[in-house]
Amino acid sequence: MKRSLVPWTRDKFALITYVSLFRKLCAHFRKRPVHKVYTDIIQIAGDVITVEAEGIGYMDIAEITTQQGVSLAQVIRLDSKKVALQVFAGSRGISTEDKVRFLGHPMRISRSDNLLGRIFNGSGQPLDNGPALSENLGDIGGPPVNPAKRIIPNKMVRTGIPMIDVFNSLVESQKLPIFSIAGEPYNEVLARIAIQAEVDIIILGGMGLKYDDYLFFRDILEEHGSLSRAIFFMHTAADPTVECLLVPDISLAVAEYFALEGKRVLTLLTDMTNFCDSLKEISITMEQVPSNRGYPGDLYSQLAARYEKAVDFDTAGSITILAATTMPGDDVTHPVPDNTGYITEGQFYLKNKVIEPFGSLSRLKQQVNGKTRDDHRTIMNAMIQLFASYRETVEKRAMGFKMSAWDMKLLRYGGMFEEQMMSLEVNIPLEKALDLGWRIMAECFTPEETGIKRSMIEKHWPR
Amino acid sequence: MPEKRIGHITKINGNMVTVRMSGHVIQNEVAYIIHGQERLKSEVIRVRGDLAETQVFEDTQGLRIGGAAEFSGELLSVELGPGLLGQIFDGLQNPLPQLAQQYGFFLKRGAYLEALPDEAQWQFSPAVKKGDKLRAGEKLGTVPEKIFSHYIMAPFNLRGVLEVVSVAKQGKYNLKQPIAQLKDENGAVHQAFLQQIWPVKVPIRNYAEKLKPTEPITTKMRIIDSLFPVCLGGTYCIPGPFGSGKTVLQQLTSRHAQIDIVVIAACGERAGEVVETLRTFPELNDPRTGKPLSDRTVIICNTSSMPVAARESSVYTAVTIAEYYRQMGLNVLLLADSTSRWAQAMREMSGRLEEIPGEEAFPAYLESRIASFYERAGYVRLYDGRFGSVTIGGTVSPAGGNFEEPVTQATLKVVGAFHGLSRERSDARRYPAIDPLISWSKYRGFIDEKQVARGHQILRKSNDVAQMMKVVGEEGTSLEDYVDYLKGDFFDFVYLQQNAYDSVDESTAQERQIYIFDFIYQILEASLEFADKDQALHFFQRLRQLFRGWNSSAWDGAEFKEHEKEIKGLIKEHVEKIPRPLDAG
Repeated sequence: MKRSLVPWTRDKFALITYVSLFRKLCAHFRKRPVHKVYTDIIQIAGDVITVEAEGIGYMDIAEITTQQGVSLAQVIRLDSKKVALQVFAGSRGISTEDKVRFLGHPMRISRSDNLLGRIFNGSGQPLDNGPALSENLGDIGGPPVNPAKRIIPNKMVRTGIPMIDVFNSLVESQKLPIFSIAGEPYNEVLARIAIQAEVDIIILGGMGLKYDDYLFFRDILEEHGSLSRAIFFMHTAADPTVECLLVPDISLAVAEYFALEGKRVLTLLTDMTNFCDSLKEISITMEQVPSNRGYPGDLYSQLAARYEKAVDFDTAGSITILAATTMPGDDVTHPVPDNTGYITEGQFYLKNKVIEPFGSLSRLKQQVNGKTRDDHRTIMNAMIQLFASYRETVEKRAMGFKMSAWDMKLLRYGGMFEEQMMSLEVNIPLEKALDLGWRIMAECFTPEETGIKRSMIEKHWPR
Repeated sequence: MPEKRIGHITKINGNMVTVRMSGHVIQNEVAYIIHGQERLKSEVIRVRGDLAETQVFEDTQGLRIGGAAEFSGELLSVELGPGLLGQIFDGLQNPLPQLAQQYGFFLKRGAYLEALPDEAQWQFSPAVKKGDKLRAGEKLGTVPEKIFSHYIMAPFNLRGVLEVVSVAKQGKYNLKQPIAQLKDENGAVHQAFLQQIWPVKVPIRNYAEKLKPTEPITTKMRIIDSLFPVCLGGTYCIPGPFGSGKTVLQQLTSRHAQIDIVVIAACGERAGEVVETLRTFPELNDPRTGKPLSDRTVIICNTSSMPVAARESSVYTAVTIAEYYRQMGLNVLLLADSTSRWAQAMREMSGRLEEIPGEEAFPAYLESRIASFYERAGYVRLYDGRFGSVTIGGTVSPAGGNFEEPVTQATLKVVGAFHGLSRERSDARRYPAIDPLISWSKYRGFIDEKQVARGHQILRKSNDVAQMMKVVGEEGTSLEDYVDYLKGDFFDFVYLQQNAYDSVDESTAQERQIYIFDFIYQILEASLEFADKDQALHFFQRLRQLFRGWNSSAWDGAEFKEHEKEIKGLIKEHVEKIPRPLDAG
């Protein structure tokens, strides 16, 4: 048998293996161009530094090596050779001689099941003791969804909170903020919804969170066995401002990955007002003309780009966004809640530790509350109208007007409603809540006084 | 074709890219920023020395200094021709369903498709013959499109008298095949196609004259048609805080308005709302024609997460398409939701251009831009003596719901009707939440003017009494005042408010509005006799209940008559004197 000149060409399979190996090696080197390092930092203002460099892509990521360690930064403006970067870890301690290495790609996050149960900071670095992840990297803040690929949302998310389930039903793929003043238990409400909602994955994006709040979320999810399907992106109040800006994007990029895999994802963002304040800080540093109370003119677009990631995909999963928006001074006309309200599909007002029936609104409730039980809408309307009358009576009483027999009935009803329906302690499924509604009304009123249609009364009025 | 001119990027700030250019630059011309395989559309918005500042209609991530930009020499334009109806476009007139087919879930940057498919064949019937004289914008022939006969017109940009040199025979043609040759006064010969290209920011002015809007539109919303009417060719605006029902009001109008064509410009608002329109319209029928509503609708959709610069173009694209159909003698309604988002896009760009800011950082030219947009509405007489119109209704989203802000104020100056939505009304679930005390209209509707005046008067009186009662209580109010208060409240409840979830009540035809308004007018004018306030309250509560049933019974049916009889019976018990017997009406 004739021997081949080159021994390894004897075997066809070996040849294929070698060729593919060689190709992989080439590709490997092509993918990793030598990153030039720049040291000409010419300006440091706020958390934005300016460096002279060439051939840099807009929004690309760079690594800055300082005495304190390595921080990531992102290109936010290019002007011939001048490159402005916002430094995630803040500019404190940066020297004009520090090294800036551009990575040649925008901000990325690893997207895989390995994220589940993990905790990261705003730049995607692990905060637990687990390994850093680098598989299946994808850009954050990707392109918008084609409206033609969305479907009309139609699945209710059950929360066990009557003020939500009965009066303002939450719908899968809805984007909904909780408006409240600081100090209200909005994080408790978010956590309760998270552990009770029938979703596949929970992503928590924390912005400017107190460390205790973070521990609270972690413990409550652990207690209810939900930690293994949760992912945390944490920016605490002590962390640098710029990192806060990345939290919604990074959370939603991961949410999008899982939604496209067919998963139902619930994303909690708390507190979006801190995100807006970080935007304000950066835009002022960049000497942009502020529009309203110092906030940048593109606040609406910035918020919309995040909230609009909520989606029910045609033939894939969904993203539901629940956010907390604290209102400075309980003022709903403040730019943050105001712009948010124009973007989101309703809002829950959390006031005095209860979800206010007035002002709270779920714009999508009509899509689901006609299909739950035939008396759902009846109960919703009748009880709210009676509660509105109760509020008027309370006002009348405060002004010293005489209380009629009808007023007394209303006062009794209002008390029961507040105690048995509104209180956040109440945790019952929708059907039980509807039955409770009938019981409360039957105890306080005659059927005619409720203004409910005769056919409904005959079917549901407790006897 | 103009030669390709290439420039190089020197500055990138958000979606503003500055390009250094040695050749000439045309203001508002389209330039393509080249990034690898991608070509990103942009528009020149300012030229300084050899620097052209462009707004990019796409995300600018990854662009580099020194990158190339190719100037096209063409202004931002749209394709006009058969096939627009029923389509869903983005702000640059890319068909979204086709993009979804090609690129999947996401909007790929730099992916542009033809607005109208070239290969589609249309059955053309000529309407002119060789030697005929005509002007730009006049009919050359027709093709059938959905329920309309779509006019193929002489190109709008030609000037003077044109002579038909040749015209295609009846038959099937695609959009790019010439169907006529026209010779202008200088002897130059131009070709005409089924399709025309027109720059969006230039109004189409090929008509004989613009007339005053006098013919009211029936939107089937009682509070609009009866109290604050809009006329064909008119303009109106709907400002309101969030959650007051602007978009729902626009959606109801787009469904029920008696008009030939509706163009919806969803500008910087929620994607979910557009989805509802585009998923439901093909299944809803237009009662006038029995055909799906989508057949008379064009949707231009640039939702809030889509690139900001394209918001501006979406508004102009929409109005250009509206003007195009107007040229065929059709009545077109353009609904823009929301013009504030467009104004905000201008503000963002103005900030990047480092212009001196005006109030709330809006640019100084905000007012003139808004005014020139609304001025594109109008009722016109075309060259052939027929009439066409573009009516524009825009929503405004004022910051904090406060109408004293630049966009609302600039809009109020130029529109003919103002439908102001109020938080109080929407909180009280009084829909549509148009506040009758602050709204106004300069147009005349189809309801008798004297009756309308009485309607306004009782609403004001009722409100005055209600305010007073808050201080002095019911006890301190005279019975006469109290009855006026109840009358106003009753009018509001049974006529101005409409239940959008009731299949009958959601839309009220003109005939019915005239009839019911007259009926209510008689009640408002009547002196009613009551022993005390409780009796009056009880009477109006019953009347209200009966009217509710009446409102949801079909026009002139047996149930309708039954309710009417019952109501008349109730009124007779309390009437002291009425202007004329109700039975005579």
